[in-house]
Amino acid sequence: MNLDDYRRAARAWLRDNAPVGEPAPEDAIAHAKDFMARLYDAGYSGITWPARWGGQGLTQAEERAFAAEARPFSLPTYVFSIGLGMTGPTLVDRGTDEQRERFVRPLLRGEEIWCQLFSEPGAGSDVAALQTRAVRDGDRWIVNGQKVWTSVAQHADWGLLLTRTNPEAPKHRGLTMFVVDMRDPGVTVRPLKDMTGRTHFNEVFFDDVAVPDAHRVGEVDDGWSVAVTTLLHERLSISAGVGMGRAKDDPTSLEALRRTADTSDPLVRDDLVELHIRTRALALFNQRLAQETEAGLFPGARGSAAKLLLAELTLFEADLATRLAGPSAVTGSGDGEGPGPLAHAICLAPAMSLGGGTNEIMRNIIGERVLGLPPGPRVDKTVPFKDLKVGTQE
Amino acid sequence: MRLVLTPEQRELREAVRSFLAAASPPAKARDGYDPAVHARLNGELGLSGLIVPEEYGGAGAGMAELAVALEETGAALLPGPFLATAFAALALTRAPDKELLTGVAEGRIAATLALPLVPDGLAARAEGGAVTLRGTLPRVLSGTEADVLLAALPGAPAGDGSGTQGEPSSDDGTGTPGESPGGGRAGRSSDGGPVLVAVDLGGAGVTRVPLETLDLTRGQARVELDGAPARVLGRLGADGAAAVADLVAVALAAEQLGVLRASLDAIVAYAKIRVTFGRFIGSYQGVKHKLADMHCKLEQAESVVRHAAWAADEDPAELPHAAALAQAYVGRACFEVARDHLLLHGGVGFTWEHDAHLFYKRAKADEVLLGPPRVHRARLAALMEAGAPVAGEA
Repeated sequence: MNLDDYRRAARAWLRDNAPVGEPAPEDAIAHAKDFMARLYDAGYSGITWPARWGGQGLTQAEERAFAAEARPFSLPTYVFSIGLGMTGPTLVDRGTDEQRERFVRPLLRGEEIWCQLFSEPGAGSDVAALQTRAVRDGDRWIVNGQKVWTSVAQHADWGLLLTRTNPEAPKHRGLTMFVVDMRDPGVTVRPLKDMTGRTHFNEVFFDDVAVPDAHRVGEVDDGWSVAVTTLLHERLSISAGVGMGRAKDDPTSLEALRRTADTSDPLVRDDLVELHIRTRALALFNQRLAQETEAGLFPGARGSAAKLLLAELTLFEADLATRLAGPSAVTGSGDGEGPGPLAHAICLAPAMSLGGGTNEIMRNIIGERVLGLPPGPRVDKTVPFKDLKVGTQE
Repeated sequence: MRLVLTPEQRELREAVRSFLAAASPPAKARDGYDPAVHARLNGELGLSGLIVPEEYGGAGAGMAELAVALEETGAALLPGPFLATAFAALALTRAPDKELLTGVAEGRIAATLALPLVPDGLAARAEGGAVTLRGTLPRVLSGTEADVLLAALPGAPAGDGSGTQGEPSSDDGTGTPGESPGGGRAGRSSDGGPVLVAVDLGGAGVTRVPLETLDLTRGQARVELDGAPARVLGRLGADGAAAVADLVAVALAAEQLGVLRASLDAIVAYAKIRVTFGRFIGSYQGVKHKLADMHCKLEQAESVVRHAAWAADEDPAELPHAAALAQAYVGRACFEVARDHLLLHGGVGFTWEHDAHLFYKRAKADEVLLGPPRVHRARLAALMEAGAPVAGEA
């Protein structure tokens, strides 16, 4: 099938199958799972994933064509995004055949929901400083500790969990990756209220959770290299999302601002031109990265530049939208519905600069891995983890 | 839309890059124009004929290829009339003239183009089939080195049937055509639009006054015409004149991309060898993060230039928007990167001996070459308002 035919078929399928309207909140997960199963059965889940493990074995071109056709529909796939964007690709790259056989197809079909368990209160940018312990006990491991910023943990069946298995080794050399059963009674998920007042994330606590050694991903104490694979997929899935999947009613978009702001005012015009320039320049950069990927030139760490630019653009947009609107940006209407969409946007805007690596971490990556600049002096690379300061020291 | 270089374009880049590295490194740029280098560039590499149609002895390439060449001449801060000749050749593709195109292709003729294309205060007089020009062009790029000046005269006033097609007419010699306000890019379709003429800068009635210029590597001249004979090359029309202005904007952006890239390369290289407080300066986040931001500008600038060059070759409807975006984004990014590259060198960057100021000055001279930068932003605003197409949103 050529690409045009593929696109047409996808468009027709979406027209007939994309859900219309919002389900009741208590039905949302069942509704999303039902849709994901139909998406998989129609061949539109895991488009570029290997056919052997349940994917379609097609190219980026088909994936992008489908994504472009799907954009207007706001498909209910959010709850599967961690599995599809990060943990699934990690298992495909680094899992055992038994793990791929067991986990990949149910993930692609939406039968099982995944979350990712790396960050901790004392280990964010410096995730290799994590302290959650896994101790070997025969053919299983006993896990104790706490994770944070875990999206969709409250719905998850499985989690990709990074733990410390050897505190005597330097920090990057004593970590091991596991697949953990989120339904284990020793796993406690607590919603974390963020600055928007909503709960996008969770804290997850592990109390004597037993994980079979067969659920280990990669070698013992080589979890860092597995985590690097996951984080690379995370950044790619974030940067690939630039200009995509944007809510049609986003009040900070250029289109919305052109409708609401006084475009005869020369100062307003210049603000809108600036937003337009930045948006177009980033969209073109992302298209160029996509074309390079298609041509077999893997962009690697350069994706971090796209992520950094998106983070800055997201803050600029929300900041500009609120400045253009004036006082009404920060007040609601007294109907109990909160201070309104622009107030929500300015609250949400910092998230893109923090999640998936802060702007400062992105700049380090660009500086060291793209430009080849020397790293800063490190005091933490060679000493045993147990002798290091970590987290917040009072 | 193609945003990635083809293998042939990469070969062209390598050829120009290695030639210039040997024949005209930036350190040599301060010596000014070297006709021998110019002749070899056009002879050995055939660069002046790159976009000249094959029927006139050129290579018949497009803007995508010219942009590749200009990026390299920009990176080398190549002195002399190469950019000016490219501007003129772009105009000649819209009003072909065998003698000039052949001469440019063979490297015999260095040409330049009036900026703006329809200059203010230029009066034409037609007598017995011969046209002469009177007036002053205050700033002509490479005006001292160029052999031929191209300029556009406003078309004959509407309803004036006395002038023959393609020939400016003037009854009183006080300059009827030249009296129309400058610019002349908009809305002259009712009278057939501007006409392209050529003046021999070494001929009678021409006085050239070299100007002191900020940019030490490329000169400008005041050109005073006092009854200078002009040859009418053909009618550009309003659309053709607008297209030439857009092509010039894209070509300049390609040079600016080269200046930007070379500035960043220079400071990245220095940050890897310069030591302060016992460490390479590139290991400090205060330096590294600034360099990362400069790299982000480079990525976006390259994307914007590739897109504009593609539009110039393949999508005339998209060209006005792409060209305005190219100048609005790349012109500023180029100066900002050249500025920060100078600053990060520290005190040595402020010295006459160091090359940093050469890039800084070229970047500033380029940024204002086509008018105050706000004109590009104002044009973007107008195009947004007119709902001009924005290709390839993805």
